[in-house]
Amino acid sequence: MTRSTVQRRHRRVYWNEPEMGTWEKLYLLEVVRGLSITGGVFLRNMWKWCTGRKGAVTAYYPEEMRADYAAGNRGKHVLTRRADGSPQCVACNMCATVCPARVIEIEAAFDPADAAHPKSPARFEIDYSRCVFCGLCVEACPEDAIRMVKEVPDFPGTDRHRMWIGKEELLSWQPASDVAKPYPPAPQRGAKR
Amino acid sequence: MMQDLVVHAVYIGYALAMLLTFGTVLTWVERKQAAVMADRIGANRAYVRIPFTQIRLIWIGLFHGLADGLKMMLKEDFKPASYDGFAYAIAPWVVFAPVLLVFGVIPFGGALVPAELFAWWPAVAAWFGERHYQLQIARLDAGLLIVFAFGGLTVIGAMLAGWSSSNKFSMLGALRAGSQMISYELVMGLTVLGLVLIYGTVDLTDIVQQQSGVLLGFLPAWGIFLQPFAAVLFITAAMAENRRIPFDLPEAESELIAGYFTEYSAMKMGLFMFAEFIEIAVIAAIFTTLFLGGYNLPFMHDGGFTLPGGVEIAMSHGWVVITQMVVFLAKVLFMSSFQILVRWTLPRFRYDQLLRFAWKFLFPICLANLVVTAVAVWALGGFQ
Repeated sequence: MTRSTVQRRHRRVYWNEPEMGTWEKLYLLEVVRGLSITGGVFLRNMWKWCTGRKGAVTAYYPEEMRADYAAGNRGKHVLTRRADGSPQCVACNMCATVCPARVIEIEAAFDPADAAHPKSPARFEIDYSRCVFCGLCVEACPEDAIRMVKEVPDFPGTDRHRMWIGKEELLSWQPASDVAKPYPPAPQRGAKR
Repeated sequence: MMQDLVVHAVYIGYALAMLLTFGTVLTWVERKQAAVMADRIGANRAYVRIPFTQIRLIWIGLFHGLADGLKMMLKEDFKPASYDGFAYAIAPWVVFAPVLLVFGVIPFGGALVPAELFAWWPAVAAWFGERHYQLQIARLDAGLLIVFAFGGLTVIGAMLAGWSSSNKFSMLGALRAGSQMISYELVMGLTVLGLVLIYGTVDLTDIVQQQSGVLLGFLPAWGIFLQPFAAVLFITAAMAENRRIPFDLPEAESELIAGYFTEYSAMKMGLFMFAEFIEIAVIAAIFTTLFLGGYNLPFMHDGGFTLPGGVEIAMSHGWVVITQMVVFLAKVLFMSSFQILVRWTLPRFRYDQLLRFAWKFLFPICLANLVVTAVAVWALGGFQ
């Protein structure tokens, strides 16, 4: 028995063996079909561009931010506030400790007059050039003082020294006026985000 | 005599400027068209800032070609340590020069009468006198043969590049380029034979002029309507000659890095790429000349338009010349765009499929087409 006959007898048939009809085997007609698909997409998109609409599904980042981030996307951090507007953070340094990238720097301030919350952050800074967006700071916070919104920080740039965010920017949510813009949900223990 | 020199110098300048512009603009067209076909935006970051201002000219990414060229110029010109220096140095030029030369015989416009063009300047008009020219650098009787002769030269450049780089990938690429281009050249020649039978000449100007009429009262008498099969086969074979996807086996980057120009860097590599893009335009020009009626518009002649209803639109000589040149450029651009469409649509062949496609599919169809054409021409009494 020659080698070729063995091969012919035991030719394996795969589950995804292509089945081509006569027209498909002619190839040129299928080429025309493919060209009409891509050409159609091209003409449709060109028509959109020519009539002043956007003919692409990609965003022109960073000039244009995509609107469809998932609700659970871990983007930029925000510091939550109490009703009087002061930050809920007590400068316990838990988030800075747990942070694997060590991007959080907190400098505590002490106010003996406020008996309930004597400690507060004087400086709360995050270095987004190193942040890995793992969300561990949010999980670690005992005061629910730091959360993450789904929008990403708008930081493409050529200078890593300008990628820090300070307390003022992190406190961008105003609980008194931003009623229609609720905080991002707090992480729930054991729940899938 | 002096007049001829002046006119042809202007032609050569125009042809060079046109081809180099096409080579640059087509890189942009390729990027943008691929992007639009894939629902993307495309390259649009390179800009030119007007000095002393903050005004940045982006112009939908047109400057990316400029940035590419600058990058190629400034890169290190690496040479492999053991190489055949002379062959290595001339290989890019052997690829590049024939591509430009092919355009020398292609008519890019109709008749030109300089005296009529310069009617407002009597001295010049008198100097030109009765002379008239075709808008074509060299009107040679063997026009079509010249096209194939120079088209066949590029394979030598590819082989030289692959051989002299002393790199196995280059060598394999060169071998592939050789067998592929020779196979497809045969197909390309056979497709055009049908047209030669119909028109009875290989003079390109003559071929274009014969396409100026009207078929059956409404169709323009273009080659594509006389020889539709040949048109499809020709553009296929021509794209295979140009070694672009789906026929880019000689430079298949997943198998051969960059094929026969693996060892080339900086502007030498740029020359290969540039030659490829210019060849797109040249193929489009040849296809336009042979199958799309060259500079002809339906119902147009050297005096203007004669529409089917008997309506006459007279045009001055200058306008006719400009219209014909623009029509030619538009057709070339359209065909270039079509080639880019094909390039971004079809996947690459396997190498055995590539050669089988040439010899077992295109070649028999070409022969059949030729036989049918010959019989039809004979039956209609074409052979005088």
